[in-house]
Amino acid sequence: MEVVYITIGVSVIVAIFFLVIFIKAIKSGQYEDTYTPSVRMLFDDELVNENNKEHN
Amino acid sequence: MNTNTCYHCGLDCGKNPVKFNDKYFCCNGCKTVYEILNANELGCYYDLESNPGTIPSEIKDKYSYLENQEIVSKLLEFDDGTIAVSEFYIPSIHCSSCIWVLENLSKLNSGVITSLVNFPKKTVRITYKTNATNLKEVVELLTSIAYEPYISLEDADAKKNKVSKTLIYQLVIAAFVFGNVMMLSFPEYFQVEGFWINKYKIVFRWLMLLMSIPVVVYSAKDYFISAYKGLSHKILNIDVPVALGVSVLFIRSSTEVVLNTGGGFFDSLTGLIFFLLLGKFFQQKTYNFLSFERDYKSYFPIAVTKIIDGKEIPIAVKDILEGDRLLIRNQELIPVDAILINGTASIDYSFVTGESIPVIKKSGDKLFAGGKQTAGIIEVDVINVLEQSYLTQLWSNDIFKKSHEKTIKNITDSISKYFTAIILTIALFAGIYWYFVNPSLAFNIVTAVLIIACPCALALSAPFAFGNMLRIFGYQKLYLKNAEVIEQMSKIDTIIFDKTGTITSNEGSKINYEGTKLTSKELQQIKAIIRGSNHPLSRALYDAIIEDCSSEKPIAFNEIIGKGIESSFKDTSFELGSASFVGIEQIELNETSIYVKINKVIKGKFKLSNTYRQGIKDIFKNLSKKYELIILSGDNEGEKETLKAMLPQSTQFQFNQKPENKLNFIKNLQSNGNHVLMLGDGLNDAGALAQSNVGIAISENINVFSPACDGILDANLFNKIPKFLTLAYKTVRIIKISFILSFLYNVIGMYFALTGQLTPVVAAILMPASSITIVIFVTVLTNWISKKN
Repeated sequence: MEVVYITIGVSVIVAIFFLVIFIKAIKSGQYEDTYTPSVRMLFDDELVNENNKEHN
Repeated sequence: MNTNTCYHCGLDCGKNPVKFNDKYFCCNGCKTVYEILNANELGCYYDLESNPGTIPSEIKDKYSYLENQEIVSKLLEFDDGTIAVSEFYIPSIHCSSCIWVLENLSKLNSGVITSLVNFPKKTVRITYKTNATNLKEVVELLTSIAYEPYISLEDADAKKNKVSKTLIYQLVIAAFVFGNVMMLSFPEYFQVEGFWINKYKIVFRWLMLLMSIPVVVYSAKDYFISAYKGLSHKILNIDVPVALGVSVLFIRSSTEVVLNTGGGFFDSLTGLIFFLLLGKFFQQKTYNFLSFERDYKSYFPIAVTKIIDGKEIPIAVKDILEGDRLLIRNQELIPVDAILINGTASIDYSFVTGESIPVIKKSGDKLFAGGKQTAGIIEVDVINVLEQSYLTQLWSNDIFKKSHEKTIKNITDSISKYFTAIILTIALFAGIYWYFVNPSLAFNIVTAVLIIACPCALALSAPFAFGNMLRIFGYQKLYLKNAEVIEQMSKIDTIIFDKTGTITSNEGSKINYEGTKLTSKELQQIKAIIRGSNHPLSRALYDAIIEDCSSEKPIAFNEIIGKGIESSFKDTSFELGSASFVGIEQIELNETSIYVKINKVIKGKFKLSNTYRQGIKDIFKNLSKKYELIILSGDNEGEKETLKAMLPQSTQFQFNQKPENKLNFIKNLQSNGNHVLMLGDGLNDAGALAQSNVGIAISENINVFSPACDGILDANLFNKIPKFLTLAYKTVRIIKISFILSFLYNVIGMYFALTGQLTPVVAAILMPASSITIVIFVTVLTNWISKKN
């Protein structure tokens, strides 16, 4: 049953890893504007499509 | 062809669609996109470069102040000599095409590296190479593609601090620890004795202790600070019992772990902090696209053109001196009090008073700061510097200086005083009793009392009730600054209304015709003429004439800015404009009229007067039952009789009130113990809005600026004010009921504590259960009352 030490250790490390990543994501401002990126994504597609047409 | 929807993006075009190629567009952005698509046969080539847009001559010199390095450096967020970053507020961002056009700026100006739009905030952040372009070029480019940035005096002041994310970090850490600690404390709840648990429980306990430290030290630190502040002011606020509970929980749990006598209450401790922070977070609803802190600085320009020996030099508004000669272009704001020297001024004071019809001024007249020139170029002489101008000196009043510390005791704090006293008494007596009965248990009992008494449910009911109500109000287009406003709203006993722009409507001014009756054909011709004019009066009249004008086309058209229009058809000539324009004496002063002269004969005039908002009579009647109503207006008494006839008898009237008078009037009412709600709109109400207990700005268009206030209400929903007040009142009642409920939980918990039966597992069930039921109770009830009303 000594494996419990390892599993708990690993799980805590993994959990802390995600916590740190999440805090970094907040810090980088990812959650400040949740609308514009959704629109921006569609525009990029549009641009690519138009370029493809040109090449065809 | 449907004229109401934009050809490109399908949104409503509003009142002034942009027409191009027989198609209608909601904005120039959509038009530009269409033009580009169209010119290249639906975008074989997506190249904006071929269509850079032309700079209208009007703006040519408008931004020359951006050559002034001192001003530029204040507008830049970042500048290392090669790359600079600046963020602009662009009010005209409203659809997806706007994002597309603005994010492709680099194709229009190769000096731009990236441009990033934040749609909810209507801002664009532009990064550019300083050796390839400059700020002036970037701003002119934006203006030329119809996205004129709004650069105001406020931008020149020190950059605002970013919104604090501390609460989010605190909440995230508390949530993380709560989850892990719960998992680690479960084994002991299910298995009390056994080889396995005895071997590992020490590890589990120490892990929980270690994890809880950041929660107590970091996540809960605001409760300790607030409790300390409260105690040092001799106020027992709700954070005192919370801080007490948290520290007792932590100390007792830690001693149990260190002395190896038990598992402690770490799950209750972290859960408690998590729920409390969640309540705080829920209460913090912010409306990104609104600002509640605006003062005159966000309205006023950053720079203005000064004339020195015939040369035009841009100077910062702060540097304007008395006696300077300034040049004000069309659509520019007059930043200081001045005397008109040259040109015809048609000043729109809607920022200041809410009155949207421009006032015509002749040279020699005094112009007040805050007015917007709407007709051509004028020259003015400065008579007061910025801080001493009629309007801006209002902000030197104390009410704008003190940062709004929480001076008002809120509903939770007002009962926590008794709560804390009772808890401490019970703990004391329990301690004495058990000391004599069984001294070994005394410590446990006393700490158990303090733990169970920790007013988690009590502290949660107000944040969740107010937070939820804040959202409900938001859906109904009353945007409040914070949740405390709702509590203030429930205490209101006096309501003060501004007149112009608040109880009168800016849109749809009533237009009456006086004089010789006009034929239908003449009306059609008048409408055809004014179609070509952009003057606000012309637009108002155009909307008011119902005849169809499509069959008439004037053969000559000449608009003399600020005066009127000369125009002619085959056999008739028209002159439309001010009294002096058609050549007669103006009879009534302060009237706004368009005179009509056909074939050199004066026919009559269209007289504009304000219309009152719909249902105003019923609203006042409804409100007068419960509240004292006062009209506080900066205008003269001209409309007094009309208002008296329309509104309930008990309504009081105060006319000719200067901005300072309005502020002092409210101050007086408050010193008599009244709780005042002020409804206003213009900058001249700013003082009154700030002074009143609740100041709500009425706005025709939510996205347009409104002065600093506690809430912004869409003008179309003016008739819902009684409903909002009732809801606020009922919300407070729900909170009071939930207080009783949470006291019941405390009584149950107290039974376990006093009899020495408060084991960690009882606390782990009782504390979250009480919190969650209270949260559900207030959320469901607030939703229910808002639906019912």
